[in-house]
Amino acid sequence: MEANHNITLPEGSIEKQTTTLNFGPTHPATHGVFQNILEVDGERVVSTEQTVGYIHRAFEKLAERRPLYQITPITDRLNYCSSPINNMGWHITCERFLQIETPKRVDYLRIIIMELARISDHLICNSIVGVDTGAYTGFLYVMQYRELIYEIYEEVCGSRLTTNIGRIGGFERNFSNTAFTKLEKFLNEYPKVLKEFESLFTRNRIFMERTQGTGGISAERAMNYGFTGPNLRAAGVDYDVRVANPYSSYQDIDFTVPVGSTGDNYDRFLVRNAEMWQSLSIIQQAYNKVQSFKGTDAEIFHADVPEYYLPKKEDVYTKMEALIWHFKIIMGEIDLPKGQIYSPVEGGNGELGFYLISDGGRTPFRLHFRRPCFIYYQAYPELIKGGMLSDAVVTMSSLNLIAGELDA
Amino acid sequence: MALTNEYIQEQLVAKFGEQVYAFSTANGMLSFESAKDLNLKVMQFLYDEPSLGFTFLTDLCAVNYPDNVGGELVVVYHLHNLRENVRIRYSVATSVNAPDVFTASKLFEAANWMERETYDFFGVNFVGHPNLKRILNVDEMDYFPLRKEFPLEDQTRIDKDDEMFGRG
Repeated sequence: MEANHNITLPEGSIEKQTTTLNFGPTHPATHGVFQNILEVDGERVVSTEQTVGYIHRAFEKLAERRPLYQITPITDRLNYCSSPINNMGWHITCERFLQIETPKRVDYLRIIIMELARISDHLICNSIVGVDTGAYTGFLYVMQYRELIYEIYEEVCGSRLTTNIGRIGGFERNFSNTAFTKLEKFLNEYPKVLKEFESLFTRNRIFMERTQGTGGISAERAMNYGFTGPNLRAAGVDYDVRVANPYSSYQDIDFTVPVGSTGDNYDRFLVRNAEMWQSLSIIQQAYNKVQSFKGTDAEIFHADVPEYYLPKKEDVYTKMEALIWHFKIIMGEIDLPKGQIYSPVEGGNGELGFYLISDGGRTPFRLHFRRPCFIYYQAYPELIKGGMLSDAVVTMSSLNLIAGELDA
Repeated sequence: MALTNEYIQEQLVAKFGEQVYAFSTANGMLSFESAKDLNLKVMQFLYDEPSLGFTFLTDLCAVNYPDNVGGELVVVYHLHNLRENVRIRYSVATSVNAPDVFTASKLFEAANWMERETYDFFGVNFVGHPNLKRILNVDEMDYFPLRKEFPLEDQTRIDKDDEMFGRG
């Protein structure tokens, strides 16, 4: 009997000197659904091929059948570490497109929420870099302050992670006193925590040796790869949408844009930390401005746009006009003007852009999301090539990749 | 001298003449079109000309206009001059029967995946692309889902097998 015991191997696999390693998609070190098929020579990475799309949910197609206000919950699910920024970015896009002017108080309240979201985004990213280099303490320690940020969201909009915060024209309700009390608590306590967090890492020799010189990229390559946000700034380019194309009255706020020089994991960490300090100062300034509104001005929390902003529920029951608008908005019967707009905001991990095309219908004709991490994740093979496998893990987390945004 | 939309338009018209057209500045952003086989020449010119310097590709996507016969698919590029902070929108139209457009991935590394995504959803064939295959959808898919000929599912349909969704 001649049994065939041979196993069919791919051609060239006996002669091959490298090992193929399947990293992900559900590996604990990838922090999200990312798959990489690595070629490793011992501990060194020779090449890699990324596979993406595991959690693709066809947002762009879904958006083509939804009126504007129903698209906000979709944007929650892009970068879910800072969903308020996505929500606000979408509202700002709609407002620019519909030429709605928002009151100053709304702008400042939005800045507070967006910067809180930025802090929580950077906090996760930086503490995860810590986890991947073997320092779990920082991650666990800062979680309670992310919790406090989530409690503030909860006060404002009722939910925590997928926030659906705000409406076209402003907020769904005014900030409660509890929200402001919690914000004050955050502003009082967080600087000390951030200081401690920094002193755990910034001059920590193990951390420095793990992150310095790994995953670096030059400014030129970073721009060619379409890097934006902290990753681009770590390479030394001071591009920040909040400064370049101010929205939501960022021009009234005084802040600096931190930059790095080498674009490596350590610089990305430092830039994010410095941005958190800036965000704190921005929140404080915006909060001071909010407090300067007195009397009836302090009651303003939305623009007067009945076509897009839902009327108060008690008005719907008692007033004819409010009832009509309520019906038209809920049934999605408002026709949009024709035209197209590209509107960017500075998201947690880069320039989040919304490209909206309307043909005069009730829903967008086409909506495209410029998702920053989809674009810069392309550079990953170049960033980790020739480095150690364990550095590839750190590089991946320090890029602040969010699977929800990447796969849209 | 600040880089103005008029100056960009003048430069483009001086270089390409009638071949670039449909200039508009709706919402403050200069947008224009050209024939699809010019796309690389136009973007290379915008990239190389020192007074223009559009060296950053912000976004690349496609739009499907089924009623626009002969130009059903439009590829849209958003370019950015980071130094002067000026953005422009450039688009080329292609027929859906021969959706061949030259790849921009030699000029911008960032275009690589964005073109793969555009191919994945609209079936635009980027000529010269190093690795043009599906990126977010499964490889076995044999249609291009963001084209308008694929409507979203009717939410009132009742013929669905609920058991597959755990609702049986």
